Amino acid sequence: MRKLLKYLNKYKKESIIGPLFKLLEACFELLVPLIMASMIDVGIAKKDTGYIFGMGSILILFAVLGLACSLTAQYFAAKASVGFGTELRHDMFVHIQELSYSEIDQAGSATLVTRITSDINQVQSGVNLVLRLFLRSPFIVVGAMIMAFTISVKLALIFAVAVPLLSIVIYGIMVVSIPLYRRVQKGLDRILLSTRENLEGIRVVRAFGMQEKEKKEFEKENEFFLAAQMLVGKISALLNPVTYIIVNAAAIAIVWYGGKEVYAGGITQGEVIALVNYMTQILLALVALSNLIVSFTKALACANRVNEVFALRPSITEGQETEGAGTDEAVAFENVSFAYPKSKAYAAQDLEFSVKKGEMIGIIGGTGSGKSTLVNLIPRFYDVTEGCVKVDGRDVKEYCLETLRKKIGIVPQKAVLFQGSIRDNMKIGNEDADDEAIMEALKIAQAREVVGEKPEGLDHMISESGKNLSGGQRQRLTIARAIVKKPEILILDDSASALDFATDARLRKAVRGLKDMTVFVVSQRAASVMQADRIIVLEDGRIAGIGTHQELLKTCPVYEEICYSQLSEKEAGYHA
Amino acid sequence: MHKEGKKGTLMKVLRYIRPYMHYVILSLLFAALSVILTLYAPILLGEAIDCIVGKGNVDFGEIFLILEKTACVIIVTGIAQWLMNLCNNQITYGVVKDIRLKAFKKLENLPLSYVDSHASGDTISRIITDVEQFSDGLLMGFSQFFTGAVTILATLLFMLSIDVKISLVVVLITPLSFFVAGFIAKRTYMMFKKQSETRAKMTSLVNEMVGNQKVVQAFGYGRRASKRFDEINDTLKGYSLRAIFFSSITNPSTRFVNNLVYMGVGITGALSAITGAISVGQLSCFLTYANQYTKPFNEISGVVTELQNAFACAKRVFDFMEEEPETPDDADAVVLKEVEGNLSLCNVSFSYKKETPLLKDLNLEVKPGQKIAIVGPTGCGKTTLINLLMRFYDVNQGEIRMEGIDIRRLTRKSLRENYGMVLQETWLKSATIAENIAYGKPDATMEEIMVAAKEAHAHSFIMRMPEGYDTMISEEGGSLSQGQKQLLCIARVMLRLPPVLILDEATSSIDTRTEIQVQKAFEKLMEGRTSFIVAHRLSTIRTADRILVMKDGNIIEQGTHDELLSQGGFYKNLYESQFL
Repeated sequence: MRKLLKYLNKYKKESIIGPLFKLLEACFELLVPLIMASMIDVGIAKKDTGYIFGMGSILILFAVLGLACSLTAQYFAAKASVGFGTELRHDMFVHIQELSYSEIDQAGSATLVTRITSDINQVQSGVNLVLRLFLRSPFIVVGAMIMAFTISVKLALIFAVAVPLLSIVIYGIMVVSIPLYRRVQKGLDRILLSTRENLEGIRVVRAFGMQEKEKKEFEKENEFFLAAQMLVGKISALLNPVTYIIVNAAAIAIVWYGGKEVYAGGITQGEVIALVNYMTQILLALVALSNLIVSFTKALACANRVNEVFALRPSITEGQETEGAGTDEAVAFENVSFAYPKSKAYAAQDLEFSVKKGEMIGIIGGTGSGKSTLVNLIPRFYDVTEGCVKVDGRDVKEYCLETLRKKIGIVPQKAVLFQGSIRDNMKIGNEDADDEAIMEALKIAQAREVVGEKPEGLDHMISESGKNLSGGQRQRLTIARAIVKKPEILILDDSASALDFATDARLRKAVRGLKDMTVFVVSQRAASVMQADRIIVLEDGRIAGIGTHQELLKTCPVYEEICYSQLSEKEAGYHA
Repeated sequence: MHKEGKKGTLMKVLRYIRPYMHYVILSLLFAALSVILTLYAPILLGEAIDCIVGKGNVDFGEIFLILEKTACVIIVTGIAQWLMNLCNNQITYGVVKDIRLKAFKKLENLPLSYVDSHASGDTISRIITDVEQFSDGLLMGFSQFFTGAVTILATLLFMLSIDVKISLVVVLITPLSFFVAGFIAKRTYMMFKKQSETRAKMTSLVNEMVGNQKVVQAFGYGRRASKRFDEINDTLKGYSLRAIFFSSITNPSTRFVNNLVYMGVGITGALSAITGAISVGQLSCFLTYANQYTKPFNEISGVVTELQNAFACAKRVFDFMEEEPETPDDADAVVLKEVEGNLSLCNVSFSYKKETPLLKDLNLEVKPGQKIAIVGPTGCGKTTLINLLMRFYDVNQGEIRMEGIDIRRLTRKSLRENYGMVLQETWLKSATIAENIAYGKPDATMEEIMVAAKEAHAHSFIMRMPEGYDTMISEEGGSLSQGQKQLLCIARVMLRLPPVLILDEATSSIDTRTEIQVQKAFEKLMEGRTSFIVAHRLSTIRTADRILVMKDGNIIEQGTHDELLSQGGFYKNLYESQFL
């Protein structure tokens, strides 16, 4: 939390004025019972109507002042907390933009999304709550006790017993019930899991005729949840009755010993009434405080999670170069090894090869063989652990990231499009692209029909994460998006998996026609890489062979195995 | 119409409450008791204070008696409150548990067409979130609505019995807090709406940009994304400030009205005390009431909104529970036994939506042990065929027969028991590996499970797992690779060995080694069984007894590999296209 407090710096004035006015309001509230007491002791006893009206107007004045103070406090607290939230949000968004792939992997994108939305919202409410109420409740408790002492030290001893007792009861019930609430939450999570599983696996559940069994299992979860709820319900149901009894017992004690004091002439009747009122005020303040503590712990937990994100430091520092060396070598790997952060095993090891400009390179291998890892090193999404990766004759670490990434168009495995028109999406990598360039790219990506089908053409709106398009359509559009960038190097990372054979083939043919572009095609299908100029075969992060299809069939057993598991001998040799 | 719906929901809620009627009655009794006693305590204390007149003038004997009585009242009140709370818990949690269970049971009986056409998030939120919110609202309603109402009424009566004039002051000023709260709530609502709209916009942007941060970075879109984010963030700042401020002035404002009431009572009370119309003790009692009286008003207005929300949630849950269920099996439905694997489709027509017809007049005869490969471009309707065979959907026209019997005349359970299905989307439960393999046969022995796993080529990787067959599979299969998950799904079917198989070959994302194992497992599974395979692999397609070529939802060509090639149609085109 402390680290986040700097976001309040800009709102120092507001964060001081807010609580200050809140305390002022509390003072007015604390004075009310005293004034009532003097109204009874002086006004009624002496039958002084004027005095009663006088005191009455003071009370009304206090009420008005209290309201004014309170509104002022709320306004400044709101202003400070909202400003705090807004800046925190901005900073975190900017911070996330600076993170490299390693940190994003480490945190997880979904987690980052919750951090910047709901967690920050919670922290913001927490700040607001603290500014408004955190000082107020303890202040009322302490204030009321002080008032009690000024009336009668002897009677105030009752407060000295009752207040700690109340605090212990409230705090005790909280301590016991919070872990139990966690169990309730766990029960709810299990119910949620059951429901989601059954919904997602509905076909399997029915295919196996397991509906009845699933119902029984759910019934068990449901009973477990009920039991947890009932237990915690029983305990928290104690709070109100027990505090009620304590406060009223204290009131009885006040009246009894108060009577004795009055008899002895120490205090007046009105002051006894005032003491009873102070007792009630204390109870209300303590209950409010306990609710506050619950919300505050939640906000604190969120604040810690927010801090975790800020604690992630980008592991990549960019270079200065804004131009390549202008050699005819597009990409070179020199003795490259790479391990993902926090993983001991190498994901790629001893990679060594060089690619000429305009070449088309196929990369094949099973899952986990390091295909994606290899291509992710080219745009420097990750830094190599050993060796060096060169693009256009220069180590990628020497480039300024913007320059480097401008050279490279990558089509990731997961076809992600953004909300907005098709045109907006196409321009994501190249703001200045005109419709002509976009249509050209769509044609190469075999996506022209996708746009042609839509009455609005390029203005067709894509809904969130492209839900209104099929997987194949999305993939083709993401390919077009990368081509619009007019990159020097195009990387297709297994990005034709949702395409049927025919479209896939047409796409590859069109991409081969891009003369100046160096192309990497990553795939698990032998048919997709067969016609590349050279094929890199990966196994367990190492290069198992480099060469043309025909060469590899003869020299590389891994490649041979892949081909024959997918193609017939005749098909594998079709090109011969 | 709208009112009707509300009333209907209320009736339905009442129906669920009925089994807990005894608790409801008890709860109401305890509530009435605790409220009345709560109100009685200040009167007693007031009487005691009246015995304290001044120096040397205190009636201790009387005070003692009164305080003794007060102590009893307080203890009984506390107990009554506690019992009332317990009853309320019983009612609320019980009712909600019943509803939740019923909703889940409904889920298991819904036709697949419902599930396919509704976002799963929506269904889940009905069964989970809506039910939870309903539960919160109901609990609040029970614990506060009734006690609130009784408190208002009883306070009024108590006050009137002491003094009419002061009571009038309270009655006249209190509604003011209602107005003030209502007035603020209306303004706040608008601001909250705008705030949540803007928040939704922000979440959706963040979801896209941060959720796909890698793409954003790869395309150098970060700066533009930040600009878009800041615009929304600034708008949000404005709305949030107003929403938070307006909502936070509700409390001070109602407290202000409270204070006015308190003052009104204080002044008129003091004036009456001078004339001797009431005693000082009674004035103190009035002051306590004035503090208590406005509270239930504020609470009830809160409860009313909460209840409205709860009923809206309840309605959504009930709507879900009233969805048309799957047509039940006929009473005289046949239980299928002794299946060899004869299947036939006669003049089958089917479409999901009337406007877009899919299958038309489809005929197909499958003999035991035949292998049928289904091929075609993505979105050609391969899953439609599976949906019909398994009777996840019913045909519109014609019929599908298994062993010569129309499948609509069979019990669903017995029909489906004869199918083994391995889909590309591998679904596993969050349970142990052994439990997952035994999913279709919960009474299987460990030995049977291991045999099935061995035949599915899954045994060796399972043994490499830290706890072998007892390894827990986390949500969505977490630590397992796609191929391993598929092997488990195969083992699951292997254990039952049904006579007809429906297999969906994976297009990608399996490594070669596992892929070979999956294929071997598939072959083992298919031995002597009628199988339908959604095929992507040429080797599978070539060895099929019959190939169904699908396009745009229809079967356009049928035959063996060689027949189809010599026909020179779409299949030939498809086959050759990958070697352009």
